[in-house]
Amino acid sequence: MIEVKNIDKSFDGVQVLKNVSAVFENGKTNMIIGASGSGKTVLMKSIIGLHRIDNGKIEYDGRNLPDMRMSDIRLLRREVGMLFQGSALFDSLSVLENVMYPLEMFARTTRDEMEERARYCLKHVNLEEKSFKLPPSEISGGMQKRVAIARAIALQPKYLFCDEPNSGLDPKTSLIIDQLIHEITVEFDITTIINSHDMNSVMEIGEKIFFINKGVKAWEGSKEDIFHVDNQGLNDFVFASELYKKVKKANT
Amino acid sequence: MLLMKRVMVSPDRWRMFFRQFPKELEKLGLQSLPIVIIISIFIGAIMTIQTKLNTENPLLPAYSTGLVTRDTLLLEFSSTILCLILAGKIGSNIASEIGTMRITEQIDALEIMGVNSANYLILPKIVAFVVMMPFLVIFSMAVGLLGGYLVGMFSDVITTADYLLGIQYAFIPYYVFYSLVKSLVFAFLISSVAAYYGYYANGGALDVGKASTNAVVNSSILILFFNLLITNLMLN
Repeated sequence: MIEVKNIDKSFDGVQVLKNVSAVFENGKTNMIIGASGSGKTVLMKSIIGLHRIDNGKIEYDGRNLPDMRMSDIRLLRREVGMLFQGSALFDSLSVLENVMYPLEMFARTTRDEMEERARYCLKHVNLEEKSFKLPPSEISGGMQKRVAIARAIALQPKYLFCDEPNSGLDPKTSLIIDQLIHEITVEFDITTIINSHDMNSVMEIGEKIFFINKGVKAWEGSKEDIFHVDNQGLNDFVFASELYKKVKKANT
Repeated sequence: MLLMKRVMVSPDRWRMFFRQFPKELEKLGLQSLPIVIIISIFIGAIMTIQTKLNTENPLLPAYSTGLVTRDTLLLEFSSTILCLILAGKIGSNIASEIGTMRITEQIDALEIMGVNSANYLILPKIVAFVVMMPFLVIFSMAVGLLGGYLVGMFSDVITTADYLLGIQYAFIPYYVFYSLVKSLVFAFLISSVAAYYGYYANGGALDVGKASTNAVVNSSILILFFNLLITNLMLN
């Protein structure tokens, strides 16, 4: 479980996060949603420790990140997996080497065992053997995301962060990636935090949803509640598309 | 300084360092050999012709052309000028590679894995380039001298006998040592300055280009400054 308590974050005097508190539960897909520029990426990067917060606490199962020394943060990060918006695969390594990389850095096993684990992770995300030796630039965007997921879970993380996992993907592939993230979260009982502005993802796998608006947590709840909330900012976000306007109309 | 504090620590995994190290030796060192050969051979040849033209004096011995060519190559060209040229090639290579990794979040990915990204990415490059640079400098000296010899062989500017006598006459081994010391310092400057600009690049492709340009310009200025400093310390 990750607990965020009253965090503030400013850049050059501009406050981007204001007194944000949230509890991200393990075994669930926790989703941070909000419009572009609302502060959700800053919130995620602050939780991971890529941005140093001005005030507040970020507790990973009771361990407060802002109080930690860099060496302790590095140890904590070995329990963290992250799926980046652009996949962030290493260009110079093949697909298989990308997944083996965290194992080679931190696992205390033989190279054969590492390769076996990497192959298992790649097969778990439904990647075919023939793509294992290819460089990331030679596979599709959807496959790159799967490799990134495989790399993120290679060390069996306790916490998984996904930043816009569906960006640049077609609806069908988006659905596959969403389901994959959800399966992994449940299977390994991971605390998963997903940053998204894709309402289809929210409705597909969102279990606990946090709505960020202008740097403030404006709402939290379940996907079942999201259609019946009296929150102008959230309604503007959720019902921006004609499809969801029709869904709302049908529900009322 | 803060970046170097993160770079100059023991790697998380020596195995990974030793996997990266030969790749960097090849990329930064061996792949620089063609340009070193081309530039050195031409500069050696041109320097021989120009020295001969400027020393057309019956009072000066015939071998003085070889002597001047040799000392110029040893003292300045094969260390300083070559390093200024390599600052362009290697500096932009390092800055753009690391800068691209930064803007495509690959460095963030390393950090989130708990890897000391500065150490993992930069240390093998600095060590490899510092190790390779003296070899490149010695190679440049040899090839530059060969360029002058070829002028003697294929033209009537100077005889090969006079040239060979000149390059052996009053040879001071300390000049080679001085040149190698300079090259080690310059190699460190080129790789660390370029790594710094690449590592702290942000934005998009345009910013990687700017980082690359800044790396080349600033490392070149530092090379000139340290050249003056080291020359003053070692030759004055």
